Amino acid sequence: MEKQHQLLSKIATNERHGENSPYFDGWKAYDSNPFHPTDNPDGVIQMGLAENPLSFDLIIDWIKKHPTASICTPEGANMFKDIANFQDYHGLREFRRAIAKFMERVGGGRVTFDPDRIVMSGGATGANETITFCLADPGDAFLVPSPYYPAFDRDLGWRTGVRIIPVDCHSSNNFQITKAALEAAYDKAQQDGINVKGLIIANPSNPLGTTLDRETVKIILSFINEKNIHIVCDEIYAATIFSAPNFVSIAEVIEEMDCNRDLIHIVYSLSKDMGLPGFRVGIVYSYNDAVVHCARKMSSFGLVSSQTQYLLATILSDEEFVGNFLAESSKRLKKRHSIFTKGLEQVGISCLKSNAGLFVWMNLRHLLKEQTNDGEMALWRVIINDVKLNVSPGSSFHCIEPGWFRVCFANMDDETVDVALKRIHAFVGEQKEREMPKKTNCWKKIFGSASHLVYLKRVLDLHM
Amino acid sequence: MRLLSRKATCNTHGQDSSYFLGWQEYEKNPYDEIQNPTGIIQMGLAENQLSFDLLESWLADNPDAAGFKKDGQSIFRELALFQDYHGLAAFKKALVEFMAEIRGNKVTFDQNKIVLTAGATSANETLMFCLAEPGEAFLLPTPYYPGFDRDLKWRTGVEIVPIQCTSSNGFQITAPALEEAFQEAQKRNLRVKGVLVTNPSNPLGTTMTRNELNLLLSFITEKGIHLISDEIYSGTVFSSPGFVSIMEALKDRKCENSQVWNRVHIVYSLSKDLGLPGFRVGAIYSNDDMVVSAATKMSSFGLVSSQTQYLLSALLSDKKFTRNYISENQKRLKQRKKLLVKGLEKAGISCLKSNAGLFCWVNMKLLLSSNTFEAEMELWKKIVHEVKLNISPGSSCHCTEPGWFRVCFANMSEETLSLAIQRLNSFVKSMNNQSHHQIKKSSRRKSLTKWVFRLSFDHDHREPEER
Repeated sequence: MEKQHQLLSKIATNERHGENSPYFDGWKAYDSNPFHPTDNPDGVIQMGLAENPLSFDLIIDWIKKHPTASICTPEGANMFKDIANFQDYHGLREFRRAIAKFMERVGGGRVTFDPDRIVMSGGATGANETITFCLADPGDAFLVPSPYYPAFDRDLGWRTGVRIIPVDCHSSNNFQITKAALEAAYDKAQQDGINVKGLIIANPSNPLGTTLDRETVKIILSFINEKNIHIVCDEIYAATIFSAPNFVSIAEVIEEMDCNRDLIHIVYSLSKDMGLPGFRVGIVYSYNDAVVHCARKMSSFGLVSSQTQYLLATILSDEEFVGNFLAESSKRLKKRHSIFTKGLEQVGISCLKSNAGLFVWMNLRHLLKEQTNDGEMALWRVIINDVKLNVSPGSSFHCIEPGWFRVCFANMDDETVDVALKRIHAFVGEQKEREMPKKTNCWKKIFGSASHLVYLKRVLDLHM
Repeated sequence: MRLLSRKATCNTHGQDSSYFLGWQEYEKNPYDEIQNPTGIIQMGLAENQLSFDLLESWLADNPDAAGFKKDGQSIFRELALFQDYHGLAAFKKALVEFMAEIRGNKVTFDQNKIVLTAGATSANETLMFCLAEPGEAFLLPTPYYPGFDRDLKWRTGVEIVPIQCTSSNGFQITAPALEEAFQEAQKRNLRVKGVLVTNPSNPLGTTMTRNELNLLLSFITEKGIHLISDEIYSGTVFSSPGFVSIMEALKDRKCENSQVWNRVHIVYSLSKDLGLPGFRVGAIYSNDDMVVSAATKMSSFGLVSSQTQYLLSALLSDKKFTRNYISENQKRLKQRKKLLVKGLEKAGISCLKSNAGLFCWVNMKLLLSSNTFEAEMELWKKIVHEVKLNISPGSSCHCTEPGWFRVCFANMSEETLSLAIQRLNSFVKSMNNQSHHQIKKSSRRKSLTKWVFRLSFDHDHREPEER
């Protein structure tokens, strides 16, 4: 086995792909016992997957009505040969135009994107790795505000050899990124002799579901300008915004202030906004010409299938469809978010106030036996094994405060949401039951009567 | 502080090579039968455009695959959400069966040992990341596909050390050449992690002999290193000798339970055999579980679109179609290659005898002003700018001998190919006329010219390169 190890590279045999982290234990539990309303009603409900199938019916409907968008239908087959043969890493012009237009719509029509700066990649996964290869050498570092998407460790660091330095954010100010936190992380890196090449932010945030306000974006831009480091803004959730405040793309803010555009890069994808992760559509958009050229050459390693480019070029060029889709998708996400957060509130569980994303950032600190990582892990195992919900523990997102969990709400139907909420209600109820006997005796000692006790219990419940 | 990475600012991507410069010239002035009949004809692109009609008629008969439907029901949702890096099981099954069929079912493949990647480009890079550290090396026989310089070296930091092959034996790999390459690597302080071969060969268009395959297996066994066999052209073998896959060679040596079994890996793709480069379908096949596991995780950076996986799983599962396609496609390639070879013969130009691929390895040494790479570049520029043909100079493929060019024949219509041959014919005639007028009437020269013309008649009879 040892010899086997030596025959393979370090990258192939190290753990930096991150798949042995506890984050994936929940998935394993789900895979071995997946919930199904009729076949397996006691199975684990998947709430760890940030997918967005809520508006597929709109897309399916469009596809049925537009057979020419496919190169395989009788109506579209005349394009088959040219498209099947097309492997130019510039990508189909119509595809780039359509993506640029879509990104403009998503940015509220307040930004413009140049189709010639659109570079393809194998999903946002490929985009994040590619941009890192372009901007940093092995041993260099990127700052990333925590909590952050767990797979950043793999995407930014596994094959590139680049390190991630978290910029810690706290619930005391709703996990907002502060200048002080950025400076502190940067200074510490300098002291440790680590070369910081840039900052990566996700806006809207995964796992927080919040958007950055204009002021914060400006602070961040000033910071990177001053340090002369890059900023990569992963805007993959941009169209999942369902309530105020509006999405403010970095593309919008750079028009309002002086900054070195060679430092500005955006990563985008259709996996969340349109719910099409299977189609592997990732985009690198850079204001730096050299980066566009380099990323484009690297895109050979992860081009978007021409069949898919063609379909998407057609559907995204249909402006009426796009307008309707974005509005309807947003509405449905808002409704789902509301049902879910209200359901949680009923049992005294609060979430970080959010206006975007496919998940909530749930606060279960009050249920921890101890305010530590171990306490969080213990609670999490109970949720997976007893409550049978695969939720994602905050520690897997490198959150420095234990007790937060990311819970996805869009990747299931209404009935399953119901079942999940019922299970949560039952669980919270049981927790209270367990604690009740001690409290009952205590209050009984003080007040004596049963009816008085019931009244007090209700009061206690209201305040939890 | 340097703003961008070293990778972004070096030119290890190799795209400044003549191979790509020819393409650029073509882009500026592309031939079109009607719009631009004096434009440059693209003969530098190894595409297979000969059998699209077969694919198109299959599509017409199979509407479900087109419309995200299975048995009439919409499966759009499942496909749109499917991003599992294990890939669509039905597609992997169909793919491994297709690969077996191409090999005459002399070998079979396990669908659990195949990893899907975004094209062979991604497959080759991924294998480098899995098998070698930055600064380590792989040995490659020359001449080789120019894109390997980017795919194997650029982001991985891996080095390529050439195994020098020469026309003296039809560019076959020899034991001394292998050993010499290994020693060269040692001299350069490079640890050799393996050998990578393309079989059938690009740019030669030849299949490896059993002797070469055995040589390779003995070599990697002795050195304890890997062997990657890029078999992307395996379905384009159109005449004898047939294709012998590395898997078959391993089986014949009864290597199934040996250590070497786990060190042989195959790269495949549908870009050449099916002519679908736009769909980005590549694959790594390995008997080593750890390689499969690591490569599977890495495939996250370049998965195959689920839409495409679904279409192709339906296509490749249709065995009647695949059987017919493989044979018809090979027939058409054979005929097309014959057209080019005969046309070149008439111009007094010979090709390496080949039985596969989408191109010929053409010998233009006689047209060189001197036996140097400068002369080769000079000739190449003339061919691109005056003859208006984009062909690939052997130096871009790291060939050790000047004067060889790769000329593609499957990426254009028959009329365009005939026109290209005509242009070349005229060019050669004009070169001959020039040499007639320029030099003294020495008998040596006369016999040279005679020899050139004799070659065009004797070609079928001469044979050191016979395989």
